[in-house]
Amino acid sequence: MLSRVADSLYWMSRYFERADHCARVLEANYNLMLNPSKASTEERWQRIMASLGIAAAADGIDPQMAMITLTGDPDNESSIVSCIAGSRENAGQVREQISSEMWERLNRLYHYVTQSNAELGADSDPLRLVAAVREGSYQFRGVTAATMSHGEGWQFIQLGKYMERSCALPVLLDAYFSTAGQADDLDWVGLLASCAAFESYCKVYTADLKPDSMAEFLLLNPEFPYSVRYAVERMNEAIAAISRTSFAHPTGRIERIAGRLRASLAYAQITDIMAGGLHRYLNSVIEQCKSLHAAVHEVYIDYPIQLALEA
Amino acid sequence: MPAPFSGYEIDAAYDEMFRAPGRPRPQYKNLYTHLLNLPSEELHRSKKEADLSFFNQGITFTVYGRAEGTEQIFPHDLLPRIVTSAEWSTIERGLTQRITALNLFLADVYHERRILKDRIIPGEIIYTCKHFRRQMHGVKVPRDVYVSVVGTDLIRLPDGRFVVLEDNLRVPSGVSYMLTSRKVMKQIFPALFRKCGVRPIEQYSQALFSTLRSLAPEGRSTIVLLTPGIYNSAYFEHAFLARQMGIELVEGRDLVVHDNKVYMRTTSGLQRVDVIYRRVDDDFVDPLAFRADSSLGVAGLFNAYRAGNVVLANALGTGVADDKAIYSYVPQIIRYYLGEDPIVDNVETFMMTDRTQREHVCENLEKYVVKAVGESGGYGMLIGPHSSRAQQAEFRDRIMADPRNYIAQPTLMLSTAPCFMNGRIEPRHVDLRPYVLFGEKVTIVPGGLTRVALRKGSLVVNSSQGGGSKDTWVLQN
Repeated sequence: MLSRVADSLYWMSRYFERADHCARVLEANYNLMLNPSKASTEERWQRIMASLGIAAAADGIDPQMAMITLTGDPDNESSIVSCIAGSRENAGQVREQISSEMWERLNRLYHYVTQSNAELGADSDPLRLVAAVREGSYQFRGVTAATMSHGEGWQFIQLGKYMERSCALPVLLDAYFSTAGQADDLDWVGLLASCAAFESYCKVYTADLKPDSMAEFLLLNPEFPYSVRYAVERMNEAIAAISRTSFAHPTGRIERIAGRLRASLAYAQITDIMAGGLHRYLNSVIEQCKSLHAAVHEVYIDYPIQLALEA
Repeated sequence: MPAPFSGYEIDAAYDEMFRAPGRPRPQYKNLYTHLLNLPSEELHRSKKEADLSFFNQGITFTVYGRAEGTEQIFPHDLLPRIVTSAEWSTIERGLTQRITALNLFLADVYHERRILKDRIIPGEIIYTCKHFRRQMHGVKVPRDVYVSVVGTDLIRLPDGRFVVLEDNLRVPSGVSYMLTSRKVMKQIFPALFRKCGVRPIEQYSQALFSTLRSLAPEGRSTIVLLTPGIYNSAYFEHAFLARQMGIELVEGRDLVVHDNKVYMRTTSGLQRVDVIYRRVDDDFVDPLAFRADSSLGVAGLFNAYRAGNVVLANALGTGVADDKAIYSYVPQIIRYYLGEDPIVDNVETFMMTDRTQREHVCENLEKYVVKAVGESGGYGMLIGPHSSRAQQAEFRDRIMADPRNYIAQPTLMLSTAPCFMNGRIEPRHVDLRPYVLFGEKVTIVPGGLTRVALRKGSLVVNSSQGGGSKDTWVLQN
């Protein structure tokens, strides 16, 4: 497969996951903010911004502006609309490689969000836009799994999705646990809802919301799709599948980084992690994901020509 | 005429369907009867069905010079244009003769230049041609085939003869419309197909693939299609053909040249490329050899090509043979290389470099079609009878300023064919573009793109200027 095509599929998928994640976080928090809490509105928005990895303005946060920044601001490259546009742009580069059903879904979602974003007034409620993204994302994922051949291209799509998730979840966790002192039960529900995890969590730990249990669930659970461990396992599978189809490369480095990350999550104990400092652990996960991304890029996408000629 | 044809007027142009009002030509009898017996709402329904099918398949093209995102469905007319097997056999022989002669001409122009030394064609016409590539001098191309894919524009004169209006020897497009239109037509008129005996065209992609493979060096056969990218007006076609042939669709940035060999960047490393079916113009294929500002091409590609390490189809510099001034010499070219008379004629053409001809044309601009020699797609032309005085004056100045850049042809009455327009069947002017392939041998799939000037009375069939298309049926016998 052409490197450029693999790259476009990977980014199509990453941007899509980013939009989806942002929509879920917003939807979960928007609901909760209708309830009073011991944290001020501003503090809550601070946390939302932080959980999406966006630096908040120094001179405080205007809730209305924050919402607009996160949904439809074209200047904010991580806003939902920007991410959907980025995903669609990458898909458009490789339209003949994805199924026409996928293109149609993505295109329709793009037109919906750009149009309803343009129609949004200063004080109107963007919740419908956010809900549409979540719905659209389930459909796009379903159509992708059902209509695209599960070959190398599909594996790059999987890799992009789970790479984005493995990077986003630690940021989210960090934002909640670094402000754990101000958080009440409802805030913790917000964390779980941001990962569509409330029901699944309760099945394992009951409705007993303990921060350590939640950290354990979202970091180390092997079965829940929005846990870091689950995402890293799927990345490992995608990497192995890609390396099988493109035999020509020395892929040892990629497999080593991915395997080490997987093992560290598989054999970790939440008590050890908490004792050693959650923040440090989360940062190390993010760093490992970054070097994995760089290694994949270097081996499959933008490799030095000289090296490839000698091989 | 009977009901669906009640508004059908036959004028001086040759009508493809009718010899006289109410008297269809024999090859159209089946279609005629079918239409007479068809409830009128049925045609409407079929038209909708066909348009939807084109839309869903994403068969669109981009119009340049307008706001971003002007992707349009290629307008398609429901009623087929029918060609008899006898007519087709003449076309086939004529085009085979023409492509053979033009290839010999190109090989000569870029090597020995006998035709110039023998004073059949004046040298300055060759050297002043916009598409002449001096870099190609002495470059050996496989099988001496310069032009492997041609889309020749034919028109039918009032006397019923087909003549060549233009040879498109560079990067002709439109073949995907021919193929997709046939697919849709089969869904809509299955019964007619069964009755008429229409010769198939579906083998085009395989024929193109074999043609490209026949140019590949012994034992090597990685073929790719080079596209300018998603913003090109024919991107749909590039993706379509690549998919049909099962070859990679690459952009310039996917290719690298090292040690005069061409590679594509894949996830499995660099893979050697042997044949490039390039849909990028000469000017843009290599920024080191041609236009330095091109970002569509591949640096070093020309050197790899000259070294014989990669094949380009079509070869570079083929535009010299479809320059509109050279066009007027094609009959002489055929006689010179093959010793035969042309089977399909040219349209009478006036050279603006010739003083008498120029003066005659400039004084009678309202009777002529003036064309810039290096342009295509209907850009840069004046259609005398449909032009204003101001436009005529403008062209007169342009011709005087640069006579080499213009030719003139009498305004030609293109033949008319029935089209389903706004609920009625009306005549519209059409041309015919068959696709000729030349590798080991000449292959012409029986059919082509019949282009339609959708506006009543208009003679401009180009898709960029409000033209559409219809399916072309070549009958078995």
